[in-house]
Amino acid sequence: MNWPLYVTPAHIVRLYDRFEALDKEKTGHLRPQDFGAINRLAMNPIGDRIIGAFFSPGQETVDFHSFVRILAHFRPADKKHPKDPSMPEPVNSRTSKLKFAFQLYDQDKDGKISRAELLQVLRSMLEMQVTEEQLESIADRTIQEADLDKDDAISFEEFRKSLEKVNIDHKMSIRFLR
Amino acid sequence: MACRTCLWLLGTTFFTCTVRLVVEGTEVGATQESHPEPGVVGSNHSQAGGGHGSSISGIQIVTFKWHHVEAPYLIALWILVAGVSKMVVELNHSLTSVIPESALLIIIGWILGGIIYGADKMQTFTLTPTVFFFYLLPQVILDAGYFMPNKLFFSNMGAILVYAVIGTCWNAATVGLGLWGCWLGGAMGDIDIGLLQFLLFGSLIAAVDPVAVIAVFEEVHVNEVLFIMVFGESLLNDGVTVVLFNVFDAFVSLGGAEIDAVEIIKGIISFFVVAFGGSLVGIIFALLISLLTRCTKNIQIIEPGFIFILGYLSYLTAEMLSLSAILSIVFCGICCQKYINANMDERSVTTVRYVMKVLANGSETIIFVFLGISAIDPAVWVWNTGFILLTLLFIFVFRFIGVFLLTWILNKYRLVPLEFIDQVVMSYGGLRGAVAYGLVAMLDENKFKEKNLMVSTTLIVVYFTVMLQGITMKPLVTWLKVKRAAVTELTLAEKIQNRTFDHMLVAIEDISGQIGHNYMRDKWHNFEERWLCWFLMKPSARKSRDYIFNIFHQLNLKDAMSYVKEGERRGSLAFVRNETKADVDFNKKFRASFSEIMPDIMADNMGPDHVPLSSILQDIVPSVCLDMHEQDLTMRESEDFNAHHLLQQHLYRGRKQHRHRYSRSHLETNRDENEVQEIFQRTMRSRLESFKSAKMGVAPAKKIQTKHQKKDKPQKMPNGNSSDKSKNHPYGDKDFEFSEGDGGSGGEAAGDLFPMRAYRVEAGIVNPAFMAEMDPMDNMQQIPHVALLPQTLNSFDT
Repeated sequence: MNWPLYVTPAHIVRLYDRFEALDKEKTGHLRPQDFGAINRLAMNPIGDRIIGAFFSPGQETVDFHSFVRILAHFRPADKKHPKDPSMPEPVNSRTSKLKFAFQLYDQDKDGKISRAELLQVLRSMLEMQVTEEQLESIADRTIQEADLDKDDAISFEEFRKSLEKVNIDHKMSIRFLR
Repeated sequence: MACRTCLWLLGTTFFTCTVRLVVEGTEVGATQESHPEPGVVGSNHSQAGGGHGSSISGIQIVTFKWHHVEAPYLIALWILVAGVSKMVVELNHSLTSVIPESALLIIIGWILGGIIYGADKMQTFTLTPTVFFFYLLPQVILDAGYFMPNKLFFSNMGAILVYAVIGTCWNAATVGLGLWGCWLGGAMGDIDIGLLQFLLFGSLIAAVDPVAVIAVFEEVHVNEVLFIMVFGESLLNDGVTVVLFNVFDAFVSLGGAEIDAVEIIKGIISFFVVAFGGSLVGIIFALLISLLTRCTKNIQIIEPGFIFILGYLSYLTAEMLSLSAILSIVFCGICCQKYINANMDERSVTTVRYVMKVLANGSETIIFVFLGISAIDPAVWVWNTGFILLTLLFIFVFRFIGVFLLTWILNKYRLVPLEFIDQVVMSYGGLRGAVAYGLVAMLDENKFKEKNLMVSTTLIVVYFTVMLQGITMKPLVTWLKVKRAAVTELTLAEKIQNRTFDHMLVAIEDISGQIGHNYMRDKWHNFEERWLCWFLMKPSARKSRDYIFNIFHQLNLKDAMSYVKEGERRGSLAFVRNETKADVDFNKKFRASFSEIMPDIMADNMGPDHVPLSSILQDIVPSVCLDMHEQDLTMRESEDFNAHHLLQQHLYRGRKQHRHRYSRSHLETNRDENEVQEIFQRTMRSRLESFKSAKMGVAPAKKIQTKHQKKDKPQKMPNGNSSDKSKNHPYGDKDFEFSEGDGGSGGEAAGDLFPMRAYRVEAGIVNPAFMAEMDPMDNMQQIPHVALLPQTLNSFDT
């Protein structure tokens, strides 16, 4: 099996244990309910979105390969090996991580974060006492700052550019996959 | 006002001194040693003395029976003085935010000690080990155990044990050996001491003190993991301290020649016996308390008393068996909290909580005041520059080295590593306190010729850590954090994205799980659910633990009733299928009638964690529909808001930045719990909405979904137990049982039908025609989030 994910065998074993623990009915696939059983996720404002990210469009289940692949996004980038242009972009590179983050916003997969999509995310991350007007104002200003071609939406390039100063590797990695 | 209290304080101490002197005057007569002439109270004294000098010839109408009440009077007076000192300290809030309260209390102790010494020419009141260990410490530790956030504690148990055991041994060894080496090198001059005595001293000065840690960390708010590490370490290291102290004490008695491998092995074995034995005693007493509260239904008025008595007994029993008393009472508190909170009446629980805080706070105040007073006693002061300075240096430096070393090792195994700033705070927060002083005061002068030197050094160490480190802790933390923050102002996109990243990471960590812990935690939960709760909790308490179920149940109930009402109003329930929006804004029409429902719901049992049901439900009424236009529209006109400011204020903070929940003086739930509740409600509500809308065949409003063509197979829900997870649910340990009103049925129900059951069984007023229309769901669009709902509810556990 081709594992261009740079995940070590030890990690695979651990992740498989976790996969099995989540897959209570032992079907070999995970369904949204299995993720939903992690009740800590219900206390996460974007928990349901993250769950959605595991499922490719049209798919109702996640197999182990996809499970690992998504989680591998969160490995710290491998600084030692230089990037080999002939190989496909590694899953945990900065670009891949940013793409993953982008997709959390862009639910309809049109390559742009529309104002409505941004509003949705903002709504879920802000306390309930924030009014609609305040929300829209924040969304408007965010788009204003990031939108370079003035199409009232944020494309992936604009997204990437707005985060160029942020240490993505640090912010989107978890130690476990080191 | 301040002046008055100060004067009163001084007056009280003068009174105390006077009274004592009077007593001695009458008893002893004019003997020299116990009867110096105090300058200030001279006139009072002679007068009183004169009055008593005459012999009694007739009936005394009023007599001054000081001896009769001496002991309790003095105790009560001192408690009063301590309380008044605390009041004086708290007068000025700007002062207490800079200098921790414990430091100020010590300073007051110095003042009082000075006054008493000035009056008596000797220190009549000191913190004796007996009083400290038997009457002042137990309630502090019981409070710590009872309010311990269990889930946090046990999830980080490994790290805590590493720090407590290995860290304390490291500290003891390095400090002891370091001092010994310096002594050999001649840095301390000529003192009558040996290696073993150094090691003993090292072991008693090495232990981080729980009283001091709480007192200082109260002011400095750190994240909960860091807090639990230091706090847990300070509690658990008693096991090590007791063993090391006793072992080295025995070694010193034996003399250096008698020590061989056997003795050392016995020492190591005694560690395990003391530690595990102490914990076991605590657990046994916790079981006793839980069982007892199960039966105290008829004597609710004295229920709270049992907790304190049995807690104290656990402490004394462990002490009697020469096991670790602190470990015993800590585990007693930790293990019993859940069961007694469930078993006891509401008011008893409140009583226990408040009395616990009163006792703990009071004890802590007295401890610090007396730590100050005990210093003003020239009899114990021996100054040895080398010894004292080296001790200070070593405990500081070796603590840092120890913590960094252990953290480096631990981070290899931890999912969430401890960052640099956390480690700095942890090292700097290793405060020594009264326990060390109590231990050193227990030393036998004959065996330890340099006891006074050790006492002096200990006092100086305590003052240094509590006062200096306490004062500088907050600025240090602020400085470090500020230093690490970005210098430039972030854009909105960056701010939002940073927070998104935080939440994302937390979610991914939860999904990937802390592998290895879950299996054990699962097993424990199954065991606990089956056996312990059955054994230790009242049957009525067991039923009412289904807290989340209750909320959800009420939600459904209300929705059902509102639909039915609307249906009655319109003539039939067909409207539901015809509306484009899944929700009808019942709120505006039926707000009045809801108020009848609310009292019933609010009268329900509060969950074990005492988050009132009503506060959650009140939130729910306006949100039968998803629109949130209940806000104040005038805000826009009247305020000139800044998007950045809004983000700052209102972004959810996410788990990483939650503060610790243990506090010596505050009992209310903190903002983080409210935040978590709010997020949780929203998630559940959104899932419920999409679930319901899927059921009723209407498109869900406002959700951008990817389309799924697959059919929805009726899900067979597994048993109520679930095999997750990393962290625990804030509403308390529970397994989610589908217990109906007339008896438990276990979790076998098919999750899809859950809302139906609620409608069918509980509401009882649903139009059967309406129900029939709901059944064919085969061709429904299935949305992933919809399916999340039943599973979540069905498998709620920690």
